[in-house]
Amino acid sequence: MDIKDIIKPENKVYGRTPLLKDAILHYCPGCSHGVVHKIIAEVIEEMGIQDKTIGISPVGCSVFAYNYIDIDWQQAAHGRAPALATATKRLMPDKYVFTYQGDGDLASIGTAEIMHACNRGENIVVIFINNAIYGMTGGQMAPTTLLGQVTATTPYGRKAELNGYPLKITELIAQLEGTCYVTRQSVQNPGAVRKTKKAIQKAFENSMMKKGTSFVEVVSTCNSGWKIPPVQANKWMEDNMFPFYPLGDMKDR
Amino acid sequence: MALKGAIVVDTEKCKGCGVCVANCPTNTIALSKEVNSKGYNYLYMANLDNCTGCTNCATVCPDAVITVYRVKI
Amino acid sequence: MAEKILMKGNEAIAYAAINCGCDGYFGYPITPQSEVMETLMKEKPWESTGMVVLQAESETASINMVYGGACCGKKVMTSSSSPGISLMCEGISYLAGSELPCLVVNVMRGGPGLGTIQPSQGDYFQATKGGGHGDYRTIVLAPASAQDMYDFVDLAFELAFKYRNPVMILGDGVIGQMMEKVELRPSKPRRTEAEIRELCSSWATIGKTADRPANTITSLALQADVQERFNIKLQKKYAEVEANEVRYSTYKCEDADHLIVAFGCMSRICENVVEIARENGIKLGILRPITLFPYPKDALNALVPQLKSIMSVELNAGQMVEDIKLVADGRVPVSFYGRQGGVVPSPEEIYDAFVKTIK
Repeated sequence: MDIKDIIKPENKVYGRTPLLKDAILHYCPGCSHGVVHKIIAEVIEEMGIQDKTIGISPVGCSVFAYNYIDIDWQQAAHGRAPALATATKRLMPDKYVFTYQGDGDLASIGTAEIMHACNRGENIVVIFINNAIYGMTGGQMAPTTLLGQVTATTPYGRKAELNGYPLKITELIAQLEGTCYVTRQSVQNPGAVRKTKKAIQKAFENSMMKKGTSFVEVVSTCNSGWKIPPVQANKWMEDNMFPFYPLGDMKDR
Repeated sequence: MALKGAIVVDTEKCKGCGVCVANCPTNTIALSKEVNSKGYNYLYMANLDNCTGCTNCATVCPDAVITVYRVKI
Repeated sequence: MAEKILMKGNEAIAYAAINCGCDGYFGYPITPQSEVMETLMKEKPWESTGMVVLQAESETASINMVYGGACCGKKVMTSSSSPGISLMCEGISYLAGSELPCLVVNVMRGGPGLGTIQPSQGDYFQATKGGGHGDYRTIVLAPASAQDMYDFVDLAFELAFKYRNPVMILGDGVIGQMMEKVELRPSKPRRTEAEIRELCSSWATIGKTADRPANTITSLALQADVQERFNIKLQKKYAEVEANEVRYSTYKCEDADHLIVAFGCMSRICENVVEIARENGIKLGILRPITLFPYPKDALNALVPQLKSIMSVELNAGQMVEDIKLVADGRVPVSFYGRQGGVVPSPEEIYDAFVKTIK
């Protein structure tokens, strides 16, 4: 069978969702952000909620999320996305409101805001990208950086005596009464991507059911920050991140 | 019945990260020796006959540059 | 005759917010302004007008909730006192940088640092010169009575939406805590979703519909030339505000040889100073700036030729006096009298200080 006979509109089984704008992503090759953006866009498209969804982007690499997903966006000050989301959802309860935050944004400078938004049980979705490093500023230590991990500000590896311990913030979030769904996922292979997409869809659905906050952590790679090529970075993540940040649902009610 | 597939790559948007190649179960795809205008070795179908249209490559693609087609034969 | 009710300035803020169709209040307790949120919580406006009232975890969260609400084209506000406003300055800069309308009420207390809980006007510089980072201005209204506190809430929202800019009501512990009769105004309903869509759909994040491109609220511009163009646009807006929105009042200035410039509670105390001076044969008047930005430069400038002296009276170490000197430009002597740390001077004390400056 000739390839030309296969490549026909009626045979299309997977393509770029129209919810992704035409822009080339500014992320480095292989970056997990792109995959997560894509599946958020797919979920919004499949749920038919483009006109009802407000995204809130953080400070960090994904500050420019608004350039890629074709919905209304607010761009928050560093760490404050959950505060914006709180007001947005309370003032427009018929909207789907989600924050998209990295580990520096959510687990360091924005710790107070995320804890209290989750504790109040705001009916929002939180997408938390944990790649254990600060990407945009050039690969410095994040709160989630592993012990021994080399970064620009831990050139001899993270040491507990000097830098404290990696923060399992998702485990803390799961303890809060206000959260209804807390899960940790990843996007390094097709199965993982499909699971994460399901988790994000569930989180969006929860936000209309007044059940509280849904929190989806995605353990991710930062090839440039880690200084590891994309495919090997996925392997490094599986070998080093997953033992400390095990995947799966922590809470689902 | 067998599945026969093909992909179309937006080569200008492809960054040649190779995550798709590592996730292709049929050894269909590879990175080209040619580069796009950004200097990336973009994705192409190296073994046309192998593709089953499983969508694994497109699913893991961070830049959403792959469109997948499939027929049953 | 409209109804008059005895209330604190802080309570007036709360009642005015409910009355003028405010959509949301987000705040954090701090003396001397906690009655604002307490009153709102007691009145439960979410049951009457649908207004959202939320106690946030910090002033930082409060102002960022305001940011989120303002992004949605809603009439949103917060209130705090000096140390809390310092925490909010980052957020106010973002609001200004994203051209968002909102109301921030500062019931000033003495600083620096934790300072005192007594009245002060020590945040004049912070309020009128920016406060946070970058080249921006907030429109600043200075109330001198509980009635002003009430009336300025609606005015602030009008100005905030007219210019898509944060507006600050810069009160102080005297105005916030003092009880006075306040005349209630006819109430305005909250804007409907359709009204917000009509008024704000070109910029607000209220859900992307097929008839328009997606809206993004951001203050980020990585290219220098883009940021510069935006900053020039902001400056043009501030020039427009300066041309159109100056508000002030005068007291016995027609024949005045000498002038006191004072805002907020000090302008009222200084009315007694004028009476004492005139009993002693000195023709003294008062210029009270009601807007601190835009500053009533032209009104002051017009008075300068008739004046032998100007004295700025403030509850701080001398902040507004710098703006007065810029206008006076050496043509008339400008002096300053102020008390700090929460000490409020008596009219006699101010008069004694004034007399010394003209001898």
